[in-house]
Amino acid sequence: MEKLLVSPNPHIHAPVSTKTLMRDVIIALIPAVICSFVFYGWREILVMAVSVASCVLLEWAITKYMLRKPSTIGDLSAVITGILLALNLPYTTPWWVVMIGAVVAIGVAKMTFGGIGQNIWNPALVGRVFLLVSFPTYMTTWGAPQGVVDAVSGPTPLGAIQEGLMQGASVQELTSAFNYKDLLFANLGGSAGEACALALLAGFVYLCCRKVIKPWITLSIFGTVALTSLIFWGIDPSRFTDPLFNLLTGGLVLGACFMATDYVTSPMSLWGGVIFGVGIGFLTMMIRYFGSYPEGVSFAILIMNSVVPLLNMWFHQKKFGRK
Amino acid sequence: MSKFKLLTDGLVKNNPTFVLLLGMCPTLATTTSAINGLSMGLATLFVLVLSNMAISLIAPVVPDKVHIPVYIVVIATFVTLLQFLMQAYTPAMYETLGLFIPLIVVNCIVLGRAEAFANKHGVGESALDGIGVGLGFTCSLTVLGLVREILGSGSAFGWSFTGGADGMLAFVMAPGAFLCLGYLMVLFNKFLKNNS
Repeated sequence: MEKLLVSPNPHIHAPVSTKTLMRDVIIALIPAVICSFVFYGWREILVMAVSVASCVLLEWAITKYMLRKPSTIGDLSAVITGILLALNLPYTTPWWVVMIGAVVAIGVAKMTFGGIGQNIWNPALVGRVFLLVSFPTYMTTWGAPQGVVDAVSGPTPLGAIQEGLMQGASVQELTSAFNYKDLLFANLGGSAGEACALALLAGFVYLCCRKVIKPWITLSIFGTVALTSLIFWGIDPSRFTDPLFNLLTGGLVLGACFMATDYVTSPMSLWGGVIFGVGIGFLTMMIRYFGSYPEGVSFAILIMNSVVPLLNMWFHQKKFGRK
Repeated sequence: MSKFKLLTDGLVKNNPTFVLLLGMCPTLATTTSAINGLSMGLATLFVLVLSNMAISLIAPVVPDKVHIPVYIVVIATFVTLLQFLMQAYTPAMYETLGLFIPLIVVNCIVLGRAEAFANKHGVGESALDGIGVGLGFTCSLTVLGLVREILGSGSAFGWSFTGGADGMLAFVMAPGAFLCLGYLMVLFNKFLKNNS
């Protein structure tokens, strides 16, 4: 050898970057996206396109003209925010409402805090909750899936149950209207991402196999939801819905698989993650059973997002050799 | 310090809302519309000017150990006066602002100016300072209320321009107040920085 190459360490590089991780998440979301297109038709494609395009454009514009930093759209995180935001909206949402959601998600929740890696809350969820609070009419007019006439809107299973309970019906009568197979394969009204639980779970399994996310947050959310609803359902099955129904309805699968596991806004350690998941599951069930909103996954995740810095402090990894 | 500077200091450089972050409670709670913000600001201005003047007069004779209770009693007197006046002449606004009028007593801007300025300066200067800071508070609240009203209910000073359509309801509620306040603060401080 003529030359000896001298360079500082590290000498071994892994080919993993933010971009490759985000690309895997996008691949994992593809089944759910395709399902939402199939079930809800061209209007869902429009919502998706507007959402992704405005998220990416906005991030580009903010980095270029306001922060004057190198653009971060190349890492694909804005694309994921866009997809998740679209999956969190009913497909009947007007395009300008979707754009406002994108402005809040990227502009307020992400770039105000300094961009990727520094946001406290999941951007797509902040966008969704802002729209839910701001435009309750658009956000709770759930179009029934394709096959039914466009203008007909049906309530979500959770919404129907809350309304029914107020009118004095018992949970058994109300849940008998829903078939669990329908819940799993989506034949019900709801946000686009609630469409097909199976597609979302397929994406989750893919992410776990590729070791992009660790499964414990998601599993602890599912576990806590199941356990909490089992206890309440066991006490009074005429007032509280059963565990399987709670696992399959609403945005729980989407939230637990793709929103709560966001790198930036979830705890780093194993036990931090477990407590984070337990908190989300418990709060979700409390909001569903006792809150004024029928669905609470997004609120629960945002509340637990705010606790993440504390969890990181309490459950940080012990350094090797330290007591 | 020149008379003019006394006035403008409270308006811009020592703006109670955007720079000193004082009186946050009424700022966040009463600015659901431009009119509400404006009236809350004017109510505070009224109390601030009168209490500043009264305190600058009595400050030399008040024993140091009891000066805070004495100041609070003076401020509370003017707030009670204001409360009766508003109840008599602007009953609708009195209803809207509700609890936040008596709460002017514990508004930190009023006590803050008494402690930091009025007890060391003459009547005229204290009055000018009160007007400056009070106007600063009024302007901030009006701007904040205006932004929230435009975004939240699609109207400005009660005049609707969206033809009855609702705005983004979040801006009328508490989260919108924090959001707007934060972004206005950023803009205000950027403007100050560029001009200093």
